[in-house]
Parts: sequence; structure tokens; C-alpha cells
Amino acid sequence: MSSKENREAYWKANLKLMGILLAIWFFVSYVCGIIFVNELNTIHFAGFKLGFWIAQQGSMYVFLVLILIYAKKMNSLDKKFGLEE
Amino acid sequence: MDLKTLTILFVGASFALYIGIAIWAKAKSTKDFYVAGGGVHPIANGMATAADWMSAASFISLAGIISFAGYDSSVYLMGWTGGYVLLALLLAPYLRKFGKFTVPEFIGDRYYSKVARIVAVVCLIIISFTYVAGQMRGVGIVFSRFLEVEIITGLMIGMGVVFFYAVLGGMKGITYTQVAQYCVLIFAYMVPAVFIAVQSTGNPIPQLAFGSELTGQGIHLLEKLDQTVMALGFTAFTEGSKSTIDVFFITLALMVGTAGLPHVIVRFFTVPKVSDARKSAGWALLFITILYTTAPALGSMARLNLLNTIQPGEIGAIDGNMNYSERPTWFKTWEKTGLLAFEDKNNDGRIQYYNEKNATFKATADSYGWKGNELKVDRDIMVLANPEIANLPNWVIALIAAGGIAAALSTAAGLLLVISSSISHDLVKGIMVPDISEKKELMIGRVAAAIAIMIAGYLGANPPGFVAQVVALAFGLAASSLFPAILLGIFYKKTNKMAAIAGMLSGIIFTMTYIIYFKFMHIELNNAEHWLFGVSPEGIGSIGMIINFVVAIVISNVTPPPPQEIQDLVESIRVPKSI
Repeated sequence: MSSKENREAYWKANLKLMGILLAIWFFVSYVCGIIFVNELNTIHFAGFKLGFWIAQQGSMYVFLVLILIYAKKMNSLDKKFGLEE
Repeated sequence: MDLKTLTILFVGASFALYIGIAIWAKAKSTKDFYVAGGGVHPIANGMATAADWMSAASFISLAGIISFAGYDSSVYLMGWTGGYVLLALLLAPYLRKFGKFTVPEFIGDRYYSKVARIVAVVCLIIISFTYVAGQMRGVGIVFSRFLEVEIITGLMIGMGVVFFYAVLGGMKGITYTQVAQYCVLIFAYMVPAVFIAVQSTGNPIPQLAFGSELTGQGIHLLEKLDQTVMALGFTAFTEGSKSTIDVFFITLALMVGTAGLPHVIVRFFTVPKVSDARKSAGWALLFITILYTTAPALGSMARLNLLNTIQPGEIGAIDGNMNYSERPTWFKTWEKTGLLAFEDKNNDGRIQYYNEKNATFKATADSYGWKGNELKVDRDIMVLANPEIANLPNWVIALIAAGGIAAALSTAAGLLLVISSSISHDLVKGIMVPDISEKKELMIGRVAAAIAIMIAGYLGANPPGFVAQVVALAFGLAASSLFPAILLGIFYKKTNKMAAIAGMLSGIIFTMTYIIYFKFMHIELNNAEHWLFGVSPEGIGSIGMIINFVVAIVISNVTPPPPQEIQDLVESIRVPKSI
């Protein structure tokens, strides 16, 4: 099971997952929390300006979820390719 | 019981706990000493990482920075948490699979070069000592304020405790004391935050109170705070005054710097499996996020409390401010420490606190006969004095002291350990005496830890005048040197010895030169007009990182690839299973 092709397929799947998660990471913190923060601040919800809330609260919750998704999905990738420890 | 007795009780009890753990977790082998035997549960490691990471600065200063900087402080909130995403996805699992003891060891092996290993050791030592001096200072300050002893006595006590568990237990002792320290510090942080959240808004959860209406006032906390600070000429709390490009690069430098800090990375060497390393990063961020999402709530409520106290009348009106003779008791207590300072510039006996740099408001102030801002408020007071400002019971104040010390000691110990292991494992065993016995190596590790503690204590007692500035240097250095070298080592197989060394050196030298130029040589030029692309010294590590990447990738493409066995090593760290 741990042939070169198998490992390469595993690595590709890993890179794809990472790419998606890092794109979200970038979008939430840099695009929403920094670049377009003023635009988002015109939206109000639950006593917050949206951009400000993302920068000071929301982004951190998203980071947490991203890591949890990665840990979970990688566990199933490890199993799928028979590469778990 | 009076405050001092309570404080001694709380701090003493926490110290007894740490020492008890140290005796229980004595290191018997180098593996125990460097990576706690490699058998730490991912949740325990998550807590230890959180305590390791959250320093005196996070505990004491973060909420204060937020309360004064408002939106601009988002760079710290996002920067110091977003780095964990990079750590979990890009570094931790692979370094765990590599399965050795130190960060320089990975760089030395991956780049088949003692020079690369030495460069990494030098970066590590500069980064870690910069950090540790600040921690020891934090211990000294907490001791001197709460126990009314000299800073130097406080330092000696703190050093003694760290000495005991770090020298005796190594990573094993540190890990389990950090777990205990996390529990102490998070409890100490949350209790006053919950109290104040209830007082201000009636909602006990600080993260929700942050967006709630103030009790009986029918206006949201943040809206009220914005109005109040603007009435005194300050920038609105929810708006920033830094340029977007600077905020962008500072955040990036802090995120990447966080992921590249050796004392954080090495924590992920202690878990049993690769999958545990991923999981553990999630736990670490959860434990950190509890404090980091509370800090903005705490900071905003504390600032509003403070402003309301010194502005009993209409905010920003000529007679809205307080008479100095009527100041509350906590004001007097903190004046003694110098964290609050009043100077009656216009001799009217009232405390004028406003933004004298705001031209529009200055005109108003001049028409009132005000001669400048009269109150200096140190940001640390927002956490340290917060319970007193809000009239909380004495045991809450004593708790803050124990929490602050826990935060400082846990980080200091983690840093001291990576310093000592880079000496005993990388320099002595790796380069000078490769055939040294394990027993001797362990001994040298302990001696190195002891010496490092003494140097740290010295730096804490005689801090170089630029401690605050060099923290930026530590992050910038980590971002521009270690992070790219490790990342390329895993993800870009072609990276060879020369590329890594040249990359690390160009990144670090560029970053250091830029910081030294603006922070030490030409402080008068340190403004957006003179910065490269408008990036401040705090954010320049991002550019240093890009330079490192570009140099390393270009060199790798024009020089021969690394030997086959190194390419096989890279293949093997990419999968959890051993092949």
C-alpha cells in the first residue's frame, strides 16, 4: 500500500485540502478583517460592526474550525491511503 | 483576610503545586528532558502549548493594548492566533514525523549541513533570549506590586521556582507544570472578566457582553465607548488609525513568526503520533482563543470604566472631569507604582485626560484653558487594576497576581528549555562531541538550563532599554529565518544546503538591519514616509520572509538538487506511516 504512486496521491490530496483551508484562512483574516474591513463595518449585527467583529472575534473562531477540519479530514485521508501510524 | 495575605496564599499555593509536579515528573533520560518522553496526551499538550505561548504580555498587556488601540490591536489578535493554522497545516505534523528533539536538528539534518544547524541555533538563541528577558521582568513587576517586595527579590523567587522544575524535570517537568499554569492563568483571567461583564451588561459571557447593551442605558457597549473616546478627541474604538498595508504586513509577520517560534514548535515533538500533533494544535488554539476572545471584551469594558471614573460629569465638557482631591483609592494605589501619573499642567486641581494630538479637539481644549493631557495611563493597568476599578473582592485581585506569575513562568520555562537543548543537543552533541554519553548530555542540558536561567534573571533585573522594541525583532527574526527554511524543507524537495543557508541569512540580515536602522539608529525617521512600501519595523519580518523564500528558491533552481537520501527523508516525513 505504501507504493510511490500511493504516497504521491496522498500528498496531492493533502495539498488540495490545505489549499482550500488556507484560502479560507486568508480570506477571513486578510480580506474581511483587514482589506475590506471598512466596507463590512457598514453592516451591523448583534451590537457589532461586522468587519470589526471578524477582526477581533470571528476570525479566531474560524481559525479554530479550520484546524479541527484539517485534523479530522487528514485522519480519514491517512486511513484511506493506508498511511496511518 | 487582607489583600497581601491572600496574595501570598494564592501565589504560594500555586508554587507548591508546581514544585510538587516537578518532583513527580523528574527527567530520567535525554528523551524525557527534551521532549517529555514523547508521550504527552494531545489535550495536555494543547494546554501546555497555550501556557507556553501566552506570556506575561498576553496576560497583563494584551487587554490594555486593545483598550487603547481598538481596531488596530486586531493585528495581535489575528496575528497571534492565525499562526496556529500555519503551524497545524504546514509544520507540526511533519516535524513530529521527523521525530527528533530540536528545531536546529531538523534544519541540520534536512540540509545535511552543520553550518545550517549553527545558523539555526544562533537564530533560536537570539529569539528566545529576547523573549525571556521580558518574562522575567513581568514576574518581577507582579511580585513588587502585589507582594510589595523589591523587583529583584521577586525575580529571585521566580527564578528559584523555574530553576527547580526546569532543571530537574526538563521538558517533562515543564509540560505538566504548564498544564497546571494554564488552569491557574485562565481561571485568574476569566473570573474578573465575568464579574465585569455582569456589572456592565448583565451578560456573564464576556464574548457576548462585548456586543450587548449597557445595563440600564439602552445603548450598546461599543457604541457608547466609541462616543466616549471620540468626545475626548481619540480615534473611535472600532476604527483604526494604522494604514491598511501596515496592518496587513504586521499581521502576517506575527502569524508567520508565531509558527516559526522554536519554543512553540518543539511542543509538538512531545505528542505520541503525527495525528496527535494536528489534533493538539487545535486544542492549543482552543485554549488560547478562550483568553484571546475575552481580552477585547475586557479591554473595552475596562476602558469605559476608567473613563467614566475620571469623567463623572459630561464627557469632553469643561467641568466634566474629576477633581484630583476626590480621586478613588485605587487611583492612589496605582499612582505609587508609577503606572498612573497625574501632572496638573494648568493648576486647576482637575484631571484633564484627552488626546492632545488631535488638532480639532486641541482647539476646544485650549478654549477651556487646558494645557495638555494631564494623566498618563500605563496600558498594563487595564488588567492589573481592573478588579479594583470595578470594586471586586480582594480574592479576585490576589488571583490576578497568581495568574500573571503563572503566565510569565510558563513561557520563561519553555524558552529556557529550547535554549538549553540547543546548547546541549545541537552544539555539544551535534557538533562538538558527537560520541558523548547520554548521561553526560543530560548533565550538560541541566547546566545549560541553569546558566540560561541566571542570564534571564540578569536581563530581567537590568533590562536593556529596548525590551519592548526587541519583541518585534523576535517575531520578525522567526518569520524571516526559521519559518521559510522549515517550510521549504518539507514542501520543496529541491531546496538544497546552499539555498537554505543563503535564504536564512539574507532574510535575517535584511530584517535585523531594517529594525536596527529605524528602532535604534534613526528613531526620528521611524514613520510611514520613510518606511519601505509603508511597512513599519513591526511588519518587516514579512518582507524578510519573502526575501528568504525568493533567494532559496532561485538558488535551488540553479544549483544541483540535494542528495537522494535527503529526498527520501522528505518523502518519509510527508506521510505519517514509517516507510
